[in-house]
Amino acid sequence: MSAKKLQTPSQTIGPYFAYGLTPGQYGYNFPGIVDGMMVDKNDEGNVVQIIGTVYDAEGKSVDDAMLELWQNDGERRLFGRYGTGTDEGNKFSFTTVKPKSVDGQAPFINVIIFMRGQLLHSYTRIYFEDEETLNATDETLNSIPEDRRKTIIAKKEDGRYVFDIYMQGNHETVFFQL
Amino acid sequence: MSEMAQQGFDMEVQPSYLDKGYKSTLLRAPSRALVLPKKSLSESTGPLFKDFEIGALDHDLTKNAIKVAEPLGERIVVHGTVTNEKGQPLPHTLIEIWQANSAGRYVHKVDQHDAPLDPNFLGTGRCMTDANGKYRFYTIKPGAYPWGNHYNAWRPAHIHLSLFGGDISSRLITQMYFPNDPLCKYDPIFNAVPTKGRDLLVSTFDLDHTEPSFALGYRFDIVLRGENATPFENL
Repeated sequence: MSAKKLQTPSQTIGPYFAYGLTPGQYGYNFPGIVDGMMVDKNDEGNVVQIIGTVYDAEGKSVDDAMLELWQNDGERRLFGRYGTGTDEGNKFSFTTVKPKSVDGQAPFINVIIFMRGQLLHSYTRIYFEDEETLNATDETLNSIPEDRRKTIIAKKEDGRYVFDIYMQGNHETVFFQL
Repeated sequence: MSEMAQQGFDMEVQPSYLDKGYKSTLLRAPSRALVLPKKSLSESTGPLFKDFEIGALDHDLTKNAIKVAEPLGERIVVHGTVTNEKGQPLPHTLIEIWQANSAGRYVHKVDQHDAPLDPNFLGTGRCMTDANGKYRFYTIKPGAYPWGNHYNAWRPAHIHLSLFGGDISSRLITQMYFPNDPLCKYDPIFNAVPTKGRDLLVSTFDLDHTEPSFALGYRFDIVLRGENATPFENL
């Protein structure tokens, strides 16, 4: 049996990723692989918009983060990517369908967060406020102290979900070890 | 799949979230313990790009933004193999690439470094590993550039690489450096990696892949987290 290979170390995405990873969103002349529109607006599923802001330890909105969303509920596999440097208030915005429950777990979307100042990316999950029943019995949610659980549950406001991410501080978002 | 279920980042070679030398981490590193979630279908899978159509010049940054002439600088060809931790090659793996030009200037609008842009060089591209996990792309050797981390701070020349493995835990964004670069030893981002991992970020000069009268060859092998050899198609 051959020796295990050492993982290639992670390095920061840095501040200048936009023309490489999110060129369409930022107006560069290079075709991107994906953006925040994970489905067609006329998709027959339960189309939802998720917006939010990433905050640093001083409560400043981060204008050079990149988020990736991935969801797989056994029926739909959807992937999206968005940078926080183009929208008002440094918001991100994804349009997708709400995933279904898998094995009785509360539905959620995986989030991967990259930014200058992160040598390793962070993982979190977006749960949904209006899934009270499944949220209440979900094993992962219940393993998190109640006061922190709400940091990963998107609120429904004006027909959209709002999911703000706090890197540090009293509201620090729950990040996962995958 | 079960034997890899609890594998994580190997902290003997991976940087920590918080690194005092790299000041931007102070306000942006998660400070609380990470939570281990119940594993889910979504996390044991990830986006697949094997059917993504790579543009004809996507893998050649020396040509994909030409307006009137060849870009300035030293042409290089970078190649290597992408494997998992067992050393098994990972075919059809998407690699996205971005970098500064030969003067150390990024096209990105927020880069204010007073070095010239090259109208014939964008500095972004992509390629896919072949059936044997091998990849290759052509570019211009990037220049070093100053940054604001501390007095007289300079980033060593590097190329940013972004890769997707078979599931989202194998996601990797990294930077490839060049051999014998005197700036590496002063660079907090490079040095945030434990000593044992630093050489893994440095490419090697490769005469066998140097193309006569055209481009210098560099080799950079990449190991993604986990032991997945092929992504699960049917989940």
